[in-house]
Amino acid sequence: MVTFNLLLNAVVSGILLGGFYAAVTIGITIAFGMLDIVNIAHPVFIVMGSFIAYLVNRMFGVDPIVTVIVASPLFFLLGVAIFRFYHAAFEGSGRGSLRGLAFFFGMLFVIEVTLLLAFGVDYRLVRTTYIGPNVGFAHIDLPLRMVMPFVGSIALVSGLHIFFGHTFVGRAIMAVAQDEFALSLMAVDTVAIRQLAFGIAIATAAIAGGFLIVIQPVEPSLGREYIGRVFAICVLGGMGSIPGTVIAAFILGVVETMTSTLWGPSWAPAVSFAALLLTLAVRPSGIMGR
Amino acid sequence: MRRIPSWVWPIAVAVFTLALSRFVENDYYMFAGYVVLQYIVLASAWNILGGYAGYVNFGSAAFFAIGAYGTVVLDQLVEPPLVVAILFGGIVASLVGLVTAYLTLRLRGVFFAIATLALAIVLQTLVMNWEFVGGPLGVYTTRPDSIAGFPSYVNYLFVVMLVLALIAVLVARSIELSFVGRGLAAIRDNELAAECCGVPTFRLKVLAAMLSGGLMGMAGAPFPYYITYLDPNSAFSIAYGINSIAMPLVGGMSHWIGPVIGAVLLAVVQQVATVTISSELNLMIVGVVLISFITLAPNGVVGLFERYQQQRRWRPGK
Amino acid sequence: MTMQKSLLQANSIGKSFGGFVALDAVDIAVRPGERVGLIGPNGSGKSTLVNCLSGAINSDAGTISFDGRAIERLPAYQRTRLGLMRTFQIPLPFMSMTVVENLTIPLRFAGRRHPQAMTTESDIEQALLILEDVGLRDKAAESSAGLTQVEMRKLELARAVAARPKLLIADETMAGLSNAEVDEIILLLLKLNDQGIAIIMIEHIMRAVIAFSQRAIVLVAGRKIADDTPDVVMNDAEVVRAYLGE
Repeated sequence: MVTFNLLLNAVVSGILLGGFYAAVTIGITIAFGMLDIVNIAHPVFIVMGSFIAYLVNRMFGVDPIVTVIVASPLFFLLGVAIFRFYHAAFEGSGRGSLRGLAFFFGMLFVIEVTLLLAFGVDYRLVRTTYIGPNVGFAHIDLPLRMVMPFVGSIALVSGLHIFFGHTFVGRAIMAVAQDEFALSLMAVDTVAIRQLAFGIAIATAAIAGGFLIVIQPVEPSLGREYIGRVFAICVLGGMGSIPGTVIAAFILGVVETMTSTLWGPSWAPAVSFAALLLTLAVRPSGIMGR
Repeated sequence: MRRIPSWVWPIAVAVFTLALSRFVENDYYMFAGYVVLQYIVLASAWNILGGYAGYVNFGSAAFFAIGAYGTVVLDQLVEPPLVVAILFGGIVASLVGLVTAYLTLRLRGVFFAIATLALAIVLQTLVMNWEFVGGPLGVYTTRPDSIAGFPSYVNYLFVVMLVLALIAVLVARSIELSFVGRGLAAIRDNELAAECCGVPTFRLKVLAAMLSGGLMGMAGAPFPYYITYLDPNSAFSIAYGINSIAMPLVGGMSHWIGPVIGAVLLAVVQQVATVTISSELNLMIVGVVLISFITLAPNGVVGLFERYQQQRRWRPGK
Repeated sequence: MTMQKSLLQANSIGKSFGGFVALDAVDIAVRPGERVGLIGPNGSGKSTLVNCLSGAINSDAGTISFDGRAIERLPAYQRTRLGLMRTFQIPLPFMSMTVVENLTIPLRFAGRRHPQAMTTESDIEQALLILEDVGLRDKAAESSAGLTQVEMRKLELARAVAARPKLLIADETMAGLSNAEVDEIILLLLKLNDQGIAIIMIEHIMRAVIAFSQRAIVLVAGRKIADDTPDVVMNDAEVVRAYLGE
């Protein structure tokens, strides 16, 4: 029975989920929106982050979010390494975009199968103090395991927004995103800047992975259902715009949760695709696009 | 001496294989051979849009599954002859290809690629929620005990797939050699210049997408009879997605023989690996092969062969 | 004003990108077989105008008619087939194809309606004739990826000719070339004009514009400020100011 209470909770849950989706997508906003690198393997890096958090949690009992924050510099370096390879092998060649796409698809595959071989098909979860209890006010009942990642995601995304808007390095990245050619003519090392940005993108994947395993149990192929979501949000949000990503993420989170509540959770993956197609058909530059 | 036209070879090989299949009594070879032939269809179909036009399709599984589930739907309703199911699957898949293409091909190729990936996920979601075809639990399809003219139904399936593979190869070849193929090549090299040279880029891309999707659907149509138990995970297996890309890449994307070479090589390797090592590891092999080839030999076996021939030309004495 | 019917008649073309007005009510007309120069400082909207005329982008406002037909709604490939062809500032050859194969694309897809297409000569034979005309005949079988700068410009022009255009828009074909190479291109364009092709030459090299054009159009900040013979235009105070600044 659909009551106001139910709908209200669904909307609020959707907002919490949307915040998390923003953290999941921000790496693509950077890689694809700003750097024009179609890293469709991004979700599998998130899952990798989740599994690292799981391991450390199971062996040492460390909080997953703490783990991934500590692990993020390693992911940064991983991102730098991958960018180096990608740049050397594919950028500047004729059919770079096709080959780059296939490369990331292959990588998605290899990493997923590696996780599968290492951890098996079972769902893995973490134990923390805030998984389980709810916090409530008024008519709203919020699971803490959704609230913590939400708070973390907003912190992450806000921090990055400030970084890109107000630090020298961040502004350099945005400049490269807008007109790389002009900058390279001014003797700016655009490759180094892009490398840095891509490293940041992968680092965010680690952190999002920590959030993910708090929200739900994780198994190796989980990343695949996020591919459609992240690109839908990125495009809907106007590609390289962080505020746009956040707004789009909230919208998608709410619509997905409403759909789940009204018609069942198995329909949720279809929502992001419909959103993506709709965006592409109607307004390819998204809500806050250039 | 007159040169033998290249279309003779696929037909000759097909006829030879058909003749051979008459004498093979062990159905295991039919089972294994079916998979190889299926991948020849998928790889050739993928290459029409991916290799010739440069538009990557990540969702081959979606089109394959449309064919498979189309057959399931028909089977629940009317128990049709296989040929009807194949045509049905091909038409529906082709229409889905049309719609996806229409919505996304005015934009950059990247968006088409992403859309195809999301398409596969969404279709799988739809199928999982559709009780008529068994939902997440899947459905059994009875394989007829026998069929006139063939030693077993599996043998018949093998021959059907052989014919489909031949059709796919000949279709790919005729596109490649026609003005459509030239237009697609221009699109792949530089779409803006192609459009300004009078190439109807959007129409050609949509046509290629429809043909590609349709052939993939046809490849999927006999699958329920082959596997007898169909569930969303097997119909939408990511193996189809990654193999459709890896096989043309390994074989060579610019020539119709490339997908055939790639399909035979990779399908055989995977069959061997599944039996000897494990099925997960054999998928990993495909992923690694994909990355290696895309980095080191992006023009595939055909490309390596052409490079070898070019080098030979520079040393006429040898 | 001559009573001869315009081949190209574009009225009040407007185009904005976000808040930036690239073109502001630009009128441009070209008669059959005419030689027109289009000049203006960088950023004045020349490339945008070419893109709007050729169909690479859609104009926000205005009408374009070509050979009597309204074309502002037509996709670029149809405009090419009607006879409106443009070259690109940075040459865009089909890199996987040889020089002669590059020409077979426009020949097959755009040049078919030309009376010459009714001949029994194959696409390759016609392509070789065109290459002969531009001086690239001996490079015919070579990959288009390995040409020199001036050869690539010639290939752009050859490809444009292969579409059998009635109007050719040559977008900065001579940028960065040596004096001798500039002369080569001018002669080539004159030769093509002799064959009946109207040409709009977009250039920064003034001596080329003066030598080549019967009429010069000046664009500044998205607006047309002059449209007359080269002599008159070059001495126009506003034009001089636009180029040399106050």
